[in-house]
Formats: sequence, structure tokens, C-alpha cells
Amino acid sequence: MARITAGVATSHVPAIGAAIDLGRSGDDYWRPVLAGYEWARRWIAASPPDVVVLVYNDHASAFSLEVIPTFAIGCAETFEPADEGFGPRPVPPVEGHPDLACHIAQSVILDEFDLTVINKMDVDHGLTVPMSLLFGQPEAWPVRVVPVAVNVVQYPPPTGNRCYALGEAIARAVASFPEDLDVHVWGTGGMSHQLQGPRAGLINREFDGAFLDRLVSDPEGLRRIPHIEYLREAGSEGIELVMWLIMRGALGPDVRELRRFYHVPASNTAVGHVVLEPVG
Amino acid sequence: MTDSSDLDDIPGTTVFTARRSRQGYYLNQFCMSLMKEANRARFKADERSYLDEWPMSEAQKQAVLARDYNAAISLGGNIYFLAKIFATDGKSFQEAAGSMTGMTAEEYAGMMRAGGRSPEGMRSIREGR
Repeated sequence: MARITAGVATSHVPAIGAAIDLGRSGDDYWRPVLAGYEWARRWIAASPPDVVVLVYNDHASAFSLEVIPTFAIGCAETFEPADEGFGPRPVPPVEGHPDLACHIAQSVILDEFDLTVINKMDVDHGLTVPMSLLFGQPEAWPVRVVPVAVNVVQYPPPTGNRCYALGEAIARAVASFPEDLDVHVWGTGGMSHQLQGPRAGLINREFDGAFLDRLVSDPEGLRRIPHIEYLREAGSEGIELVMWLIMRGALGPDVRELRRFYHVPASNTAVGHVVLEPVG
Repeated sequence: MTDSSDLDDIPGTTVFTARRSRQGYYLNQFCMSLMKEANRARFKADERSYLDEWPMSEAQKQAVLARDYNAAISLGGNIYFLAKIFATDGKSFQEAAGSMTGMTAEEYAGMMRAGGRSPEGMRSIREGR
């Protein structure tokens, strides 16, 4: 049977992808950001999962305003890097896992989570920057990926509670997949940041620190944070943090924190990164 | 349940609701068209003519031509769609975000390096906190 062996959370700042792609990882500005991921790069290289269920949001790349799915799951064989306005990132195509993805879709829909099934989709920095942070610049990505896209662009995103419960449903789906697979669930985006208006540049270390603490110690409390609190405290784009709760919900009630990293700034954003392992 | 008046109570912030999405539909769809190289080339060659192919308001077109992102957002634009414009211009997200704050690019970059904008006093207009 398939099993969830770990959860990873990370910001997915596009400028980090650009820094990697343009060979600027060693610059004074970017070195401390990339250094914060060295632990996770070694950890994952030592014991790579077969599949990553990668929770991210599309940033007006695959989904225009024509169709705005709240939750969508990618069931394709392959997902190409999107052209976000300056050409696609020079990264390998992302190989999907259609069998697991279709199984998760079937399982969670019958479990009353109405995911949109996507059979063709390009993936933007929201998905590819976390891949680069964990795997560097390989010829081909060493894992297969089931993309789970969450609307956090048009208000309202799904609630934190709904995200957490979807994570629990994904865990039930993975546990009932007959193939012997190690599966990670990654939650991406955040931490505090605001990219628009006169309040752009907002960073809230205190909120972010408490969120990281509570991810381990008080997930039940985290799932009750209302949207207005994310918007006021973590910035209009900091609300992406609800996606971390899908990862957290998938790990079960108790987790061990293997790694934590926090850094300000990467471009406009506070970078947060944790590696969690389910306990029991 | 969030009271919708709360969404207008955050200083310097526009929450991209379904209503704003309706208002900005063609502005944002125009931005989306810039994900294709051929469209970027046509836009760069003659911005005004390219904009005139879209059923946008004159104010929305002027906001694009002026790269006035605060104005574009007030007319229904969303920052992730507007990002296609500044990507076409070869500008970074930091430059574009900074341009909305009344700070110079250097001042804004300096504020970010120093830890970013504090939330103190920036949480609620009504409550002044």
C-alpha cells in the first residue's frame, strides 16, 4: 500500500526560481536563502519519495478568469513549465502519476471533496520553484508529482479548515492506493507577504513564527484562523498559507519537526520552510 | 464568516473579490494574452492598438499604458495578471510592487532588506491598529 512518509512546506517565490535559473544562487542576496534548503536537499536525496502530492496555487498561468476551480488535481502524464510572460523556466517537464492522481480524485470526491480534474495543464513557479529548492537543477526531476492546485488568487480561497480536512481525505486516499509507494505531501506558498497596493512589502515575523510553532503544536487552532486575520496579519498574498494546512492535515494529528528555516526577504516575501514527519 | 466590510478595512489593500474580478475581466484577460511571445511582440510594437483589440474601459487602458498598477487594481486588475505586463517589460515583481508604495525602487528594496513593512498600524483603518 502507499504511505505518506513526510510533509514539506516551502514558500515558492518566483524570484528564487529566477536566481537559480540565471546562476545567481551564489550572490550575497540569494546565498542565505538557498543555504536554508541544503538540509532538505540532503535529506530528500538520501531517501527520495516515489511521488510528491504538491499543493500549490496557479498564478494566472493555467487558469485565467474564465474558469476558477477552488481545488483542482492534475491527472496528466506530464506537466510543462508555463510561460509566465518571460518564457518558460528552463526546468524539466514535471512527470505526473496518473494512476495515483485518478485514485485520489475518485477517493476524495466520494469523500465529499469536489475536486476539478485537470487532464492538461502547464505548471508555473508555484510548483516548479519548490522542485528547484529541493532538487536543484537535475536533467530530469527524480520524483513523480501529483499537482493539487488551490485558488488563492480570487477571494475567497477555501477556508483553512476545509484545506486541513482535504489533507485528511488525501491521506485516506493515499492509504487505500494498492501500489507500494512512498508519498510526500508538500504545501507551498507564503509566508507573510503583500504584492499589491501601498501596503506592499508587509512582513510579519511574529505571525509567521507563531504559525510555524502551531503547525506542530496546535494544528486544530490553525485551521480556525479566519481569512480576515490572514489578510490583516500576513498580507493579501500571505493567505496562501492555507495551502500548508492541506499538507498538515495529510500528516495526521501528531508530527515531528525535522527542519525549520525562516528568512526575510526573498524579493517581497518572508521565506518559510519546514520538514515534518508523521508520528505514530 | 468574514464581514465584507472588513475586506475594505485594510489600509492600502484591495481584496480581489468576485465582483472586482467581473469588473476587471477583460483587463486581466488582456494581461493573460501576454503569456504568448507573439502577443508580447505585437503589444510592444504598438501598445495602444493592441489594447484597442480588447473591450476594456479607456481608464483601464490608460492605467496599462502608464504602468499605474494602483489604478489598474482599482479598476479590477489583479496583481498576478498584471504581472504579465511587467514581465513583458522585463521588470521584477519587487520593482512593480515597490512602484505601488510611493517609494523609490531603492527605498523599497532597502525596506525589504531591513525586514519589510511592519504590520503595526497597517491592520485596520477602523480600529487604527
